[in-house]
This record gives sequence, C-alpha cells and structure tokens, in this order.
Amino acid sequence: MITNFILAPILLHMFTAIILLFFWRNIAAQRVISVIGNFFAFFLCLRLFLATEEFGYLIVQVGSWEAPFGIIFVSDALSSIMVVLTAIVSLAVGIYSTVAINPSRIKYGYFVIFHFLVMGLLGSFLTGDIFNLYVWFEVVIISSFVLLTLGGKKLQMEGAIKYVTMNMLASIIFLTAIGILYGITGTLNMADLAVKINGVQNVGLVSVTALLFFAGFGIKSAIFPLYFWLPSSYHTPPSAIAAIFGGLLTKMGIYAMLRTFTLIFQPDEFMQNVFIVIAVMTMITGALGAINKRSIRRLISYLIVCHIGYLIAGIGLYTEIAIVGVIFYLMHDVIVKSNLLMITGIIQKIRETIDMTRLGGLYKDYPKLSIVIAIAMFSLIGIPPLSGFWPKIQFFGESLRTEHYVLLGAFIFASFVTLYAIARMWSEVFWKESPKPLTDEIDRFARLSIYKKVALVAPVTALSLVSLYLGLNAGFFYDLAQRTAVELMNPELYIDAVLNGNYGK
Amino acid sequence: MLRRSMVKLLLGLLLLGNGANILIFLTGGLTKGKPPIIDEAEKTFTSAYADPVPQALILTAIVISFALNSFAVILLKKVYATTGSDDLDSLNIQDLDI
Repeated sequence: MITNFILAPILLHMFTAIILLFFWRNIAAQRVISVIGNFFAFFLCLRLFLATEEFGYLIVQVGSWEAPFGIIFVSDALSSIMVVLTAIVSLAVGIYSTVAINPSRIKYGYFVIFHFLVMGLLGSFLTGDIFNLYVWFEVVIISSFVLLTLGGKKLQMEGAIKYVTMNMLASIIFLTAIGILYGITGTLNMADLAVKINGVQNVGLVSVTALLFFAGFGIKSAIFPLYFWLPSSYHTPPSAIAAIFGGLLTKMGIYAMLRTFTLIFQPDEFMQNVFIVIAVMTMITGALGAINKRSIRRLISYLIVCHIGYLIAGIGLYTEIAIVGVIFYLMHDVIVKSNLLMITGIIQKIRETIDMTRLGGLYKDYPKLSIVIAIAMFSLIGIPPLSGFWPKIQFFGESLRTEHYVLLGAFIFASFVTLYAIARMWSEVFWKESPKPLTDEIDRFARLSIYKKVALVAPVTALSLVSLYLGLNAGFFYDLAQRTAVELMNPELYIDAVLNGNYGK
Repeated sequence: MLRRSMVKLLLGLLLLGNGANILIFLTGGLTKGKPPIIDEAEKTFTSAYADPVPQALILTAIVISFALNSFAVILLKKVYATTGSDDLDSLNIQDLDI
C-alpha cells in the first residue's frame, strides 16, 4: 500500500526535538515534552507495525518520484519489528532518563539529541534506498557522538576518541562500498540493486563490494577483529545513554547486514564461511572478555559483543530457521540489553559503585527490585521458558543440522560463559554479604521521592515484563519471526512490492 | 591513521574521507562537457550525458563529513585539554582496570 504514514514516527521525533530546542534551559518542560513525544511515537510505531501486518508492504515514494528513481521508504515485516523495538526501548529509556540523567546534561540538550538519535534509527530501519541508509546512519552516529561526550568527563573523552574514530572509519568504508556499487549497477534503490546486481559481469568486484559492506556494518555492530571500541567506550557514558547504545546501535548494524545480505548479495559459500568464522571468533572473544570483569557495565559490554556473534552466525547459516532465530534473538536481545544497562544505573544509585567486589547484599535490601532484575538476567542466559531460550534452540538445531560442529561448540561455549558470568554477577551483587553495610549516606536511591523512584523502576519493570511476555508467548513471536524470515528468504517479494506495486496482502 | 599522534589520526581520517568521495566521482563515470540537459528540439537524451547522481552523492557526503570532521577536531582539542597529551597510547590507562 502506498501511504505517507510510514514517515509519521520519524517526523514526530523530529518535531519533538525541535520543540525541545525552544525550551533549552527549562529542564522540567523538557522532561515532560520528551516523555509525551515518546508516548505518541510509541503508539505511531505500534500502528505502523499493525498496518504492515495487515496490508503487507507499506511504501512511500518521496516527492512522487517513482522507484527506482526517487528515494523510497518501505515498511516490511523486519522493518516494522525493528521500529516497534526502537519505540519500546526509546519510551523506556526516555522515562528512565528524566531522573537518571542529571540536570546539567539535560541543560546541554540531552533530550534534543536523544530524539534526533531515535529519529535516525527509525529512518535507517524504514528506508529503501542504500544511500539514504548511509545518511540515516550518519544522523545516528553524530547524535551518538554528542550523547557519548555530553558531560565532558575525562573518562568519557577517552572512550569517545575510539568510538568516534572507528565509527567514522565504518562510515567511510560504507560510503566507498556504495560508490563502487553505484559504479557497477547505476542505481541506489535496494530493490533495483537486487535485480541489477545479477546482470553484472564482473563477479569479483561484486564480492569485494559485499565484503566492504560486511566490514562497514561489522564495525558498527562490533564483530570480531573490529569490536575493541565497544567495551572501551560503552561503560563511560551514563547508564541511560549506554542502554540505548547497547540495545539499539549495534543492532542497527545487524539490521543493515540482514537487509543487504538477504536482498542484494545473497551469500555464496565463501561469504557464508566468512560469516561463520567471524561469528565463532566473536562469540569466543566476547565470552572470554566477559569472564574476568569486575565492573558490571564492562561485563555487559563484552556480553553484547558475544551475543552479536549469535546473530552473525544465524545470518551465516542462511537457512530459513536460522533467520527465524536471528529475528527472535534480535527482539529478545534489544529488550534485555537495554534493560540490563538501565539496571546498572539503578545499582549505581543504590551503592555508588558498579564494581562487583564492592557490591553485595542487594537481595536483602531490595528484594522486590531484585526479582525484577533477576527476570532480565535469567532471560539473557536463556533459562526456559524465558525469552533467550527459544531462539537459541533454533541456532543449536540449525548448526547441528547443517553440520557446523565448530559453530555448535562455540554456541555452547558462549552460552555457558554467559551463564557463568550472569550467575557470578547474581551471587556477587545480590546474595553475597555486602563488604560494607548499606547506610543512608550511600543509598541515594532511598532518598529519592516516590515519583522519581517510579520513573527509574517502572521502565525496568516494563522491559522485564516484555521479555517475560516474549518467553511465555513464544508461539506468537515465533510465527511473527517465521513470516519475517520467509519474506527475507524470498527477496522477490520485496522487489515485486517496490518495483511493480504488488504489496502482498 | 595508525600513528600515535591524535592530530595525525585526524589527518588520516580527512584524507580517507576525501578519497572515498573521489572514488564515487570516478566510479560514477566521467563524461566531459555533456550536461544532462535536454535540447529544446528534442524530447529525450540523444547522446551520452554526465550522470548528475554521483555529484549529488558527493555533495551530501562532503557536508556530512564536514560535520563529522569538525566534531572530531573539537573532540581532540577537548581531549588534549583534559589529558594534556597528544599521544593516543596514554589514553589506555583506564582499560587496564578490569
């Protein structure tokens, strides 16, 4: 269906950001406007998802320049899932930030940039034009640069240098790949590219371009040799910012990979092997990195890297069931990782530190909160019937069926290390006797007003419930992931929708 | 870009970015002296013409890289002000803490 509605969530975030600019110094107004904006955007995104479910592909051709000549926005099953995930996380983090981000950061435009970041994310999930994807990526990274450095502490600056350098490098590689791709096909529309790439004589050049895309997106999603910027920068900003980075930014790279490697470059044997080898290395290095960390935030950073490996492996296996696993895992991972990073913020509020050796006894002091946190942590491990369990079965089964035994070993190793790291975190932070008793002086959380406590705890609880729902109602989400995987594995559906106007339903 | 000095890192990034832009220009194909304008007497293009798309792409890319690079310059200046060093290796102290 042709509809302008696709642009609504993007525009809403843009206008929220612009309105926020008018309240530059008014912190209270900024908080309220941002939460309202996030609420409306959440409903618009949900509406977009339901409309995509109902009508099949939604398409808008900007300025009525028909594809393949103009820029188009397409909402298919994968895009709409990513949009809803973005909406859930941005709403949760938005509410959480009203209290967690200190006033001086808000005064320097935290919420403004936050909304521009979310706008960029939504844009990159919805665009159907490869150069436009690049532009949205730039919107996202420049916003993330500002968020990362906002506050200007020494630690943040040091993390930011690595982050900025690697992300600029990734953009340049991505741009180079687009340039070559345009040179050999003469088009930028993704559906049109998918058609024209088959007619290219120079197959070697196509493979090189595919590898360039892989490297560019790989840096963004933190895969094996290119992940070092992530653990050395994600623990530096405040937890709300880390939550949106850890939940969504790396997944944006995975989304772009899923899109380009199912639509434009169907991976051949060589590419599949590259994906699988990189995935195994990513899982192992990420897992090894997580073992000995004392700071919770660093531990989670390495687990992010480790679990990116699962997603890459799923794309590398390139069977329908593996892609189902990837999509299900994406849904689970975005929710849980954002949640855990917000939780580190609450723990820091309570005990002034996130160093595991200096933490302890949290279960005794805050039993109810601990249960909520436990749901998030155990979802990440994938204890049945929580949400991490279901996609992992797909991954294990598919790697066994396609006889990738090394990959299967890496999956099991990474899962065990995740189990170990989370179990250690649980016993150190929640069960162990605290090295020093919790006094009112340390506990800044207890001193907060009831409204502020709710604003911190409600998003965490909500995300825990979402991951509980993902696990307990897995049948529905499995079907959803399966429909998405069928769409991705049959790119002619997408091409038909964009170029010929057959929108499916 | 592999140098330890931050300023040289920045120069590397600048060069690389400009290189990518020129690459787009070249792979898009160069056609000299043939603007993509249709003659009044004709309805469609009759001969080869210069493709305007790569120029549009480069223009966008230049604007974006200008923003990114100016951000990077300010960031490096700020890092230099807070750490008092131009050496990238001196920034890794915090990574040793596990």
